[in-house]
Amino acid sequence: MSVQQTPNGFSLDDSGQRVVVDPVTRIEGHMRCEVNVDENNIIRNAVSTGTMWRGLEVILRGRDPRDAWAFTQRICGVCTGTHALTSVRAVEDALNIQIPENANSIRNIMQLALQAHDHLVHFYHLHALDWVNPVNALKADPKATSELQQKVSPHHPLSSPGYFRDIQNRLKKFVESGQLGPFKNGYWTNPAYLLPPEADLMAVTHYLEALDFQKEISKIRAIFGGKDPHPNWLVGGVPCAINLDGVGSVGGLNMVNLNQVSAIIDQVRDFVNHVYVPDLLAIAGFYKGWTYGGGLASMNVLSYGDIPDRANDYSTENLMMPRGAIINGNLKQVHEVDLRDPEEIQEFVPHSWYKYPDESKGLHPWDGITEADFQLGAKTKGTKTDIREIDESAKYSWIKAPRWRGHAMEVGPLSRYIIGYAKGDKEITEQINFVLKTLDLPVTALFSTLGRTAARGLEAQWAADKMRYFMDKMMANIKAGDSSTANVESWDPETWPAETKGVGFTEAPRGALGHWIRIKDTRIANYQCVVPTTWNGSPRDQQGNIGAFEASLMNTKVERAEEPVEILRTLHSFDPCLACSTHVMSEDGQELAKVKVR
Amino acid sequence: MSSTRPSVNDVNRPQPNVLILGIGNLLWADEGFGVRAVETLQQWYRYPDHVRVMDGGTQGVYLVQEVREADILIVFDAIDYGLSPGTLKLIEGEAVPKYLGVKKISLHQTGFQEVLALAEMMGDYPEKLLLIGVQPVEIEDFGGSLHPKVKTKIGPAIEQAIAFLSEQGVVMSRREKPMTSDILSSAISDMTRYEHERPPPEQACRLGDERVLLSGDYQVGHRPVSLEGSAMSVGLDQHLNKYRSQSGS
Repeated sequence: MSVQQTPNGFSLDDSGQRVVVDPVTRIEGHMRCEVNVDENNIIRNAVSTGTMWRGLEVILRGRDPRDAWAFTQRICGVCTGTHALTSVRAVEDALNIQIPENANSIRNIMQLALQAHDHLVHFYHLHALDWVNPVNALKADPKATSELQQKVSPHHPLSSPGYFRDIQNRLKKFVESGQLGPFKNGYWTNPAYLLPPEADLMAVTHYLEALDFQKEISKIRAIFGGKDPHPNWLVGGVPCAINLDGVGSVGGLNMVNLNQVSAIIDQVRDFVNHVYVPDLLAIAGFYKGWTYGGGLASMNVLSYGDIPDRANDYSTENLMMPRGAIINGNLKQVHEVDLRDPEEIQEFVPHSWYKYPDESKGLHPWDGITEADFQLGAKTKGTKTDIREIDESAKYSWIKAPRWRGHAMEVGPLSRYIIGYAKGDKEITEQINFVLKTLDLPVTALFSTLGRTAARGLEAQWAADKMRYFMDKMMANIKAGDSSTANVESWDPETWPAETKGVGFTEAPRGALGHWIRIKDTRIANYQCVVPTTWNGSPRDQQGNIGAFEASLMNTKVERAEEPVEILRTLHSFDPCLACSTHVMSEDGQELAKVKVR
Repeated sequence: MSSTRPSVNDVNRPQPNVLILGIGNLLWADEGFGVRAVETLQQWYRYPDHVRVMDGGTQGVYLVQEVREADILIVFDAIDYGLSPGTLKLIEGEAVPKYLGVKKISLHQTGFQEVLALAEMMGDYPEKLLLIGVQPVEIEDFGGSLHPKVKTKIGPAIEQAIAFLSEQGVVMSRREKPMTSDILSSAISDMTRYEHERPPPEQACRLGDERVLLSGDYQVGHRPVSLEGSAMSVGLDQHLNKYRSQSGS
């Protein structure tokens, strides 16, 4: 090809210089990205490759469905709980198990805690350094930083000039000793960084505060799940009993534990409201002109919805996190989404390293096939073991291409917020309007990398408020005499039908997550996970539609091809999650990413 | 955010916080060594309240808090030191690598080295640190358990930990009979059950990504990586000690 039109409206041109960004680490090398830039350094073709086979589906075959959650939560190093929750929901759906109200409240609080936790950690510890330049922070005037802090967040107590001076001195010591610590090897002289030194210093300071604060949130999972990391889950409810008068941890959840959760929820709300969201607004104010990265967001977005208000009701009306699909940017129409309908969600593999009997057709996950087929196209440069340039006209990724009614979709916080906004959800609309008004931006500004980053922060705020709602709801329910947390009526496999199937879904921090299960003779016959990054990181499909990552990079101007901070900025805004599987300590450290310009 | 703490050797100080941490992925054969070691230790030993034994699994940045709170940290993990497969190796104190980088694609690339580096940056690095590692025999056996050669290293690895703690005045006592593993998650946390219920290879492919398997980049073996140029790793230790003593509050 030279220039090619995709059905979903993009013009791909692979004639320019190829830039390859590949985190080729042996340790967690799961994603690679190649783009072509034209003579003005504008991205004209983008190719996203998942470089590792997850294969979780196959190791679950033949196992007890009640155990599946324990395996699925080991898929990932961050979002363990959301996989476990999705798994128990799938099994409960298959076996028609109703869970108690308290179990629903506890699960929601754990899921919301994960949302807030993940968004916070993502922003400060993965994404912030795409916008914030810690080296530039050395030039800041601590007094002016203090004034800036008090202006952007008057209620945050840590704002004295002395405080910022101390942090700046710590930072200076890193730099003067020739080491930048966590900030080494950034592109700190790149003109893509736009913040004044004071804003950089404020943000770096909050990087440290966030790292310190985030530990509180995980205590919520430890209290409800018995331990953390890897809390316990239970098909039929939650594994913790409620015994308000109990003492210590032996008698289950007591008032001491519940008061602790309640206090943490208040701290999360304070941190998000007084640090995270003000930082977002302050940083976004300087990057208003950087409008790249929208990709599919202005066209096709999808959410399964989550956070059922009443237990066991997974209808759209009962889900507090909105469900729906928007096609071709028509915000006036939000389509219903049905995870059971074989015509809606289908996975395609013409460009994925999998084999189907007929690859012109997609398969619904209940009928999904996971059979590896690694082969490279004729135009590949390099070898199977050292791919220098991938051939995207052939199979080129370990990620399948899921489609909703044939459309490539973006999932994640921005999708959820666009759908909530289109549906007129009161809280979401108010949050979005507040941000747009503060920054003096039109609604179309949402469809961008920054919009994605902002939606994540707003959702952390929303999640913290909803944790309070479910905490209060559960306390009222317990006081009314209901302390039930699990329904074990269908625990015995002898009560199960010979064959059944189910689907469980959540909205994980990074987007729509579904597990589809088939149970035969009390064992797992087929298990398919479609994870958020399967949607966003999807390769091309049969028709040539590009996926969300690919679309988001298109037409972005890169200041320096050899320092593609813009590519990282946009990919990071999705909080990409590919199988996090292994880490082996090595003597010489790890190579995290290579950038090659060819 | 840094703190001055009494030395571990100070007789008047309160009991040190001890964290015994196993990290790795149970689903990837010998990658599960660290987690299996702490499970075994948990089942066979009694320990005082100031000792915590934790399955850190594949968690990254969320473990920073745990490391910061520890005065004495023992980590069990699979290591790649280019040793002959199945070799047990102890790495102590400053010799434990801690590197960190920013050009990550995914948050999940936070390896344990980065956890250590972040803890150090926050000024709360453990005073005593021991990494008990084993060079894996087999990693690319998805859904598999520990290789027999690695499994036999669990006992000696635990003995090393007990001896190290004993030097620090922390007493662990062996039980007559082991406690049973957590019933709720026993499909995975009970190694015998995990192995027994594994689907046969014709039903469930056990190999990972062929590209990963064949590539020299992915081979478990000694592969020096330059810390200059495009590699994004850095050690933080020496200068931070100086820094800590100056800013202790």
